[in-house]
Amino acid sequence: MESTEQTRSISGSMQSPRSPSSLPYLSVSVTDPVKLGNGVQAYISYRVITKTNLPEYQGPEKIVIRRYSDFVWLRDRLFEKYKGIFIPPLPEKSAVEKFRFSAEFIEMRRAALDIFVNRIALHPELQQSEDLRTFLQADEETMDRFRFQETGIFKKPADLMQMFRDVQSKVSDAVLGKEKPVEETTAAYEKLKHYIFELENHLAEAQKHAYRLVKRHRELGQSLLDFGKAVKLFGACEGEPTGKAFSDLGTKSELLSIKLQKEAQQVLMNFEEPLKDYVRYVQSIKATIAERGTAFKQHCELAETTKLKEINLDKLMLTRSDKVGEAEIEYREIKAESEEATRRFERIVTRMEEEIVRFQEQKTEEMGVAFHQFAKGQARLANSIADAWRSLLPKLEASSTV
Amino acid sequence: MMGSENADGFEETNLNSQREDMENLDLGVDGDAGGDDPLKKSVVNGDTSNSGYRSAMSTLSNVHDPLSPPPTVMIPADSDPLLAPPSAYQDFSSFGSKPISSDNSYIEPPSYADVIFSPFDENSDSEINGAEDSSLHSQFSDSLSRSPSSSSSDYIKITVSSPQKEQETSNSIVGGNTYITYQITTRTNLPHLGGPSEFSVRRRFRDVVTLADRLAESYRGFCIPPRPDKSVVESQVMQKQEFVEQRRVALEKYLRRLSAHPVIRNSEELKAFLQAQGKLPLQLSTDVASRMLDGAVKLPKQLFGEGGASAVPVQEVVQPAKGGRDLLRLFKELRQSVSNDWGGSKPPVVEEDKEFLEKKEKMHDLEQQIINASQQAESLVKAQQDMGETMGELGLAFIKLTKFENEEATSNAQRIRANDMKNLATAAVKASRFYRELNSQTVKHLDTLHEYLGMMMAVQGAFADRSSALLTVQTLLSELPSLQARVEKLEAASSKVFGGDKSRIRKIEELKETIKVTEDAKNVAIREYERIKENNRSEVERLDKERRADFMNMMKGFVVNQVGYAEKMGNVWAKVAEESSQYDREKQSS
Repeated sequence: MESTEQTRSISGSMQSPRSPSSLPYLSVSVTDPVKLGNGVQAYISYRVITKTNLPEYQGPEKIVIRRYSDFVWLRDRLFEKYKGIFIPPLPEKSAVEKFRFSAEFIEMRRAALDIFVNRIALHPELQQSEDLRTFLQADEETMDRFRFQETGIFKKPADLMQMFRDVQSKVSDAVLGKEKPVEETTAAYEKLKHYIFELENHLAEAQKHAYRLVKRHRELGQSLLDFGKAVKLFGACEGEPTGKAFSDLGTKSELLSIKLQKEAQQVLMNFEEPLKDYVRYVQSIKATIAERGTAFKQHCELAETTKLKEINLDKLMLTRSDKVGEAEIEYREIKAESEEATRRFERIVTRMEEEIVRFQEQKTEEMGVAFHQFAKGQARLANSIADAWRSLLPKLEASSTV
Repeated sequence: MMGSENADGFEETNLNSQREDMENLDLGVDGDAGGDDPLKKSVVNGDTSNSGYRSAMSTLSNVHDPLSPPPTVMIPADSDPLLAPPSAYQDFSSFGSKPISSDNSYIEPPSYADVIFSPFDENSDSEINGAEDSSLHSQFSDSLSRSPSSSSSDYIKITVSSPQKEQETSNSIVGGNTYITYQITTRTNLPHLGGPSEFSVRRRFRDVVTLADRLAESYRGFCIPPRPDKSVVESQVMQKQEFVEQRRVALEKYLRRLSAHPVIRNSEELKAFLQAQGKLPLQLSTDVASRMLDGAVKLPKQLFGEGGASAVPVQEVVQPAKGGRDLLRLFKELRQSVSNDWGGSKPPVVEEDKEFLEKKEKMHDLEQQIINASQQAESLVKAQQDMGETMGELGLAFIKLTKFENEEATSNAQRIRANDMKNLATAAVKASRFYRELNSQTVKHLDTLHEYLGMMMAVQGAFADRSSALLTVQTLLSELPSLQARVEKLEAASSKVFGGDKSRIRKIEELKETIKVTEDAKNVAIREYERIKENNRSEVERLDKERRADFMNMMKGFVVNQVGYAEKMGNVWAKVAEESSQYDREKQSS
């Protein structure tokens, strides 16, 4: 297990397309948001551009049009198929803001979707996914069909079987009088679960304050604007010599207001949004933890059932019953299923171990970048504020000695 | 004003406990240059609620700011950074008094981050007359020459303190009313007050009202600072302690303003108020009702004309009719003012009036602008405060995260991240402190705007004095022609009667007497009016100059403050940016 993996920038391509074609690359970008439809049915479509030299893909470049629910489809499919892997999170489906569709919102969503797809493209296992290929290449009609299937009212047969088995195992538990909780209790895993759940709380709080900080920037900007205007009016009333000085002060104040609004936007995109993404990621991990729990339960229950079938079979064999044949077939089937469930569970465990490491490193990198940008932005803002006010001082000095 | 919403109120309690957390945190931070490490402070204070401008104002006018940084050196007035040449900025380290070397060839731009701004320090010894001060403020008011009376050799400092409950003596079983007295301490070197010396008296609010009324009478035409409100409603509604404190602050401000006025500071009334032990030896103001009653008693005599009593007693023209006991005069002047309004005959003071009216208009306009500016100043202060609070909360949240990650760390990546977070959090907490300090300074500077709202009222008062004096003159002037006319009519009628008409002749004599008295009164009134006009003029001139100087100071103080704290914050964040420079991705396209 590599603990000191080279950290890479997540957004953007794995390698630039200009690198030698012998090295495999898969680079995706989500661009060009366009508002389509009207009123309640309005939605945004994005252009998804894929550049690759991988043989599984059709050609070096492909452009398709996708909408938010297509991304959701992809995420759900991956979640189903790659249990144990932390599926990259999607930006929230915001029903309210959809109607407003501000330029900010659209841009933030586009950026988040871009990051989403790229994380998948960079993940060693996920990038092999057939669903990813479908998503990146299928024409719009095919995509619509796939999407409809997924969100259709009719459940897939697999789901029905699962539900049946759940009921069955519950019944057998009740019959056999087993009420013990079926959960992993290893210390390490307990620690991890506790960590993830606590982490979410802490991150959510940090994100909340980050969002408020954005608001505060905007409010300070607004008040500087109003203050500047008032001071200018006051200066006009006073006349010379203070009048000019006040007027200059007012102008500077208005100027700084603009800088503050700009910084507000920067903080939103480069600091608050990464924090939100972090929170979403942790929530995705929680979903994986739930999946692991389900898989563990299945593995345990099927193992139990297998044991029971074995005992039953032995009993029947001893009494040389003619039900032996039947029982043997049943036993073999259950045993196969149990082994499959155990394999599934163990694959989740293995994957999660790797994923945790990736996650921690990825987050350290991403947060590092976010913090750095935030600090730089604040430093720049502070410096321009200082410069702006400082430039007034010679004039103020001159006015006062008149 | 800036009311807090409910959500803010809830968050306030959270914030206070959070702020305590912040202050108790020992992050073992790297040593900061200049001993300015806000994180090492362990003072906890839950009293100062800082949300809302009003509470910011009131807490700042209180004595203690427990969050004040370690003792800082005030920059002596003669090394005012704005007056000294640039090379003087070189080595403004926080422990001052280093000799300024002039042999540095490279002159750095002035760094105001190095100038330590001491937060509001009530115990500072600077002896600036009247208004509350900051060390920086005092430098600037020294550097700009104001009126000669604020030269540094004269001083008078008034403090209002120790409110106490006392009871009026009374013979009834239930006892008399209780009231609050305040100790008024004066420290001064003015010879008129027997200085240099320090003395105290105890006064109640009623005494202040009396003082204000007597001053208003004696100094008509002057811009007398307005006294604190009686606040009858507030005294019922507010908590007793809060109200008493609010009043104490207001009284102190009022007395300081009075003593800052170059003429009033030398008045006998003020002297009596500040010095005379025991009961205040000024004529008590009576309420309007009893004055009206007194006037009602006099009215019949006036109406039925007993011996020249219809004329205004000469010495009384020196006071306005309103508020006096002379109902008849009141009615006459009221009638006159109405006829003035309806464009009746105007005495020949019109052309000067135009200039006065312009000035009045200008003052009104100015007042509007000051109100507007002061409202926006309040918003600005609130916004700065909010920014500081949220920055602090953010820092705190990250500190918690840091601790958490460190405790739970199972990988190196986590430890690195925890460290990165710590740097950010530390900077955020520092920045939050800076915002708070910045704001407390800003409040003081922009408070000048509020002060001048009070002064605008004083100007209005001065103008009102002039108007009422003019009204008295006009009333008397308009009486004379009608009196003359009556005399002429009587004389004409009497001349027709052979041998004279005894009763008519007597009437004529009486009228001529009245005319004479009225003439005298008119002359006194005109002199009074001219005197008030002159007071107006000199006061307005003085005020204009003072106002300009004060506002210049205010602006400079405000700007220097902003520069200094912006620099400090810039430095803090630049350091974090540098420490995290390995995360700089700007070279790559994103």
